[in-house]
Amino acid sequence: MSKPLRTAVVVFPGSNREGDIARALRQASGEAPAFAWHADRQLPPGTDLVVLPGGFSYGDYLRCGAIAARAHIMDAVRAHAERGGLTLGVCNGFQILCEAGLLPGVLMRNARRRFVCRMQHLRVENAATPFARRYRAGQIVKVAIAHGEGNFTIDPAGLAELERDGRVAFRYCDAAGAVGGEANPNGSINAIAGVYSARFNVLGLMPHPENLIDPLVGGIDGRGMFDGLAA
Amino acid sequence: MKARVTVTLKSGVLDPQGKAIEGALKALGIDGVAKVRQGKVFDIELDAGDQAAAQRQLSQACEKLLANTIVEDYAVAYE
Repeated sequence: MSKPLRTAVVVFPGSNREGDIARALRQASGEAPAFAWHADRQLPPGTDLVVLPGGFSYGDYLRCGAIAARAHIMDAVRAHAERGGLTLGVCNGFQILCEAGLLPGVLMRNARRRFVCRMQHLRVENAATPFARRYRAGQIVKVAIAHGEGNFTIDPAGLAELERDGRVAFRYCDAAGAVGGEANPNGSINAIAGVYSARFNVLGLMPHPENLIDPLVGGIDGRGMFDGLAA
Repeated sequence: MKARVTVTLKSGVLDPQGKAIEGALKALGIDGVAKVRQGKVFDIELDAGDQAAAQRQLSQACEKLLANTIVEDYAVAYE
């Protein structure tokens, strides 16, 4: 490792997974992340990777992620992403990235109306990115999901573009890798669990890889993402 | 000037909340409920010289925040 990855976690009022993300980043990179507050106008100097954690920013008022997407810090996050800086949004962070226009589409209420909190298998669709390079394309990983509004929706042209350009990061599947039916927890179109930006430096996903980094809680399949980022 | 902004889901977009409300209305025995779609209403007081200015301000407000135009439509009515 030449230079340790410098990471920053953005905290909004109502974020609640920042501690989990911080633990995963520290485990992978050996360094604790810096924290940035929603009202800050700049990210900590030298930030390589910015993470928007899960939670219920601003109480999910208006639409999930809608208010957070317009917070001051998001101008700095947008500038970071436009410079090609690595940007990760997990769960509510994914919703915020979509609302901010840094990722396409929108996360709607789960089709079956239930908040789902369970273990979930994913198929790695594209492993040729800084986020997924420790995985293999087609690999099945087990992580956790916990959301009420994770139903990824996008217009047909946008969907075709994501599929054509390999921008679908992960798809929901069962333990054997089969996609569809009960394996899709929220009704997401094409079982999409996460998507990349056009330059693959921004990733948003509903599942929580940061919660599967310790054998104590049932698996370590989430480590690959943070190890890959830190490598 | 007072305005009422109504934000509704575009037709064809799944509305699980509307479906749940529809089911509850039917369970209450209210006759004739065929379909329910849920939306949002914003009552906004504006400092605007005229309706054209108000229109500009409110379409900005809708496009930038009040509606997610990927899945929602908006309509403005003035009092």
